[in-house]
Amino acid sequence: MDRKTKILLNVAAAAVLSLFLWWAQESFGGYRIQILNLIAINAILALSLNLIYGFTGMFSLGHAGFMAIGAYTCSILILPETQKEMLFILVSPYSWVQAAQAPFFLAVIGGGLVAAFAGLLVGIPLLRLGDDYLGIATLGFAEIIRVLANNIPRLTNGALGFKGIPDYANIWWNFGWFIITLYCIARIINSNLGNVFMAIRDDEAAAKAMGINIFRYKLLSFTIGAFFAGVGGALLASLLTTIDPKMFLFTLTFNVLMIVVTGGLGSLTGSVLASIGITILMEWLRFVESPIFIGSFELKGIPGMRMVVFSLALLFIILFRREGLMGMREFRWDWLFGKFSKRGSANGS
Amino acid sequence: MDRDMILEARDLTIKFGGLTAVHSFKARIGKGSIVGLIGPNGAGKTTCFNMMSGFYRPTEGRVIFNGRDITGMPPHLVCRAGIARTFQNIRLFGNGTVLQNVMVGCHVRQKSNWLHNLFYLPSNLREERAVAAKSLELLKVVGLESFADEKSRSLPYGAQRRLEIARALATEPNFLLLDEPAAGMNPQETNELMDFIRKIRTEFNLTILLIEHDMKVVMGVCEHMWVLDYGETIAEGPPESIRKNPRVIEAYLGEECVADA
Ligand SMILES: Nc1ncnc2c1ncn2[C@@H]1O[C@H](COP(=O)(O)OP(=O)(O)OP(=O)(O)O)[C@@H](O)[C@H]1O
Ligand SMILES: [Mg+2]
Repeated sequence: MDRKTKILLNVAAAAVLSLFLWWAQESFGGYRIQILNLIAINAILALSLNLIYGFTGMFSLGHAGFMAIGAYTCSILILPETQKEMLFILVSPYSWVQAAQAPFFLAVIGGGLVAAFAGLLVGIPLLRLGDDYLGIATLGFAEIIRVLANNIPRLTNGALGFKGIPDYANIWWNFGWFIITLYCIARIINSNLGNVFMAIRDDEAAAKAMGINIFRYKLLSFTIGAFFAGVGGALLASLLTTIDPKMFLFTLTFNVLMIVVTGGLGSLTGSVLASIGITILMEWLRFVESPIFIGSFELKGIPGMRMVVFSLALLFIILFRREGLMGMREFRWDWLFGKFSKRGSANGS
Repeated sequence: MDRDMILEARDLTIKFGGLTAVHSFKARIGKGSIVGLIGPNGAGKTTCFNMMSGFYRPTEGRVIFNGRDITGMPPHLVCRAGIARTFQNIRLFGNGTVLQNVMVGCHVRQKSNWLHNLFYLPSNLREERAVAAKSLELLKVVGLESFADEKSRSLPYGAQRRLEIARALATEPNFLLLDEPAAGMNPQETNELMDFIRKIRTEFNLTILLIEHDMKVVMGVCEHMWVLDYGETIAEGPPESIRKNPRVIEAYLGEECVADA
């Protein structure tokens, strides 16, 4: 199958997705639309973490930090000035925070860029560390971002956070950004640069001997990942319309990590499928947190139970199917058509 | 005279804590030659490779490559300068396909960057296609083209060694360091390897330095060799003189006595 056919098929797939979204918009209720939105954002986050961890082998736990940066940046850029005046009741915002304005698309890019810049800044010292330390250090980074968000009230409105963020992030924006993310990361992964990232993951010493500047490419992968994490955070802020520092706890990173590991470290297809599956399950499992009646007997719902269920699920995946749903395999058009033609010839005979 | 030298090791010494792994190693390697480094286990051969390829910084001494001092240069720059190496304990990119492994080797000579990738620049597409084609060519040279899409991990041992060589050639080196290329090969593979080493020398205009335990290989292909024992250079010269050298015989016999005990 040649390149042109594949591009055509990809465009066709995107068109089918738009048709589905259009149909969903007409016939789904608000709740299901919300789930669709979360699927798109989770997929963006999972793809970006997979680039960092699954493909380049850097165990980073800083996603919540990059998301927070993206979310705050975007919110400041799209909150109307009057809304800002109402929000900052304890202290007045910096004048540039009060004045900053940008259209939504640029605000999301802005969120991504500031997150990428943060990724670059922390990456330069941290990526020289060994893998075990990187996890802890990036976790610390995310925590520092949260503490900063709490303690620079003139920028972030402190613990109160932002409310009434304009809800621009509809399914079109979210899935549009999902397609952009998927395109960019797939382009990188399928080029020789992707091979270089995987080489670094598989054997750093051998990669060095191949003339690869490990540090530079790790930093590149980390920064691109941070960019899309920032984009995901920006979209999330506009989708939920409120943000505050408590939202960006470690659990947020954990959710993304769970999706990536479930889908398969080193498989974009896996990340997308797991985003769909886990986002739906997460919503569906809310019932374990609400009271359950068995006959006349009432079991009190336990808040946080969903996470326990998911943590256990993650544990099982790591124990029994370490490679996740897809391993390192990817969906390929050739493969799909191969299946069809095989079945076709089997039917014919 | 100096013009024809490709690599010169000037009194390379390296210490790990109290242990002097290599002491005052001297070598002048002529362009286009095939030379060898031998010695019993733990003699310091791989350590010499590591100093020449930038993995270790010598405690004392200098490495001069093509008239340029490369002592202490990081490995990726040494590779860019034209020195490629293989590893004693094979180090492939295990999850990648055979072809991908070689393509990674091509990357150091690629010009386009990641932004060109994102924006689908025609120049980038052309370059990527050229890299894939060149990698496939190299696989043909080592006879692995039919395994191009297999996972590199799944190859048999001898094939993995040849893949490592193909990958090293992809970086377009002038100087190739082979660390025990015949290890784990059967006699027939070993014979083929000797012809293969001579073939790539001419085809790719290489100078080759190899470490090898298989005396048949070293004596068969090397024009000149150095013998290390406990980090000291105990002999140097063409194969005929090495074979007769009493100190070399002693070093190897000594090892066998230890092995027998
Ligand atoms: N990074 C290191 N730290 C400490 N000691 C080292 C290091 N690298 C090598 N050595 C020591 O240097 C000595 C020489 O090791 P080297 O690997 O160079 O031997 P070799 O000649 O390649 O042996 P073999 O034939 O077994 O491969 C050994 O005693 C080894 O333990
Ligand atoms: Mg060795």
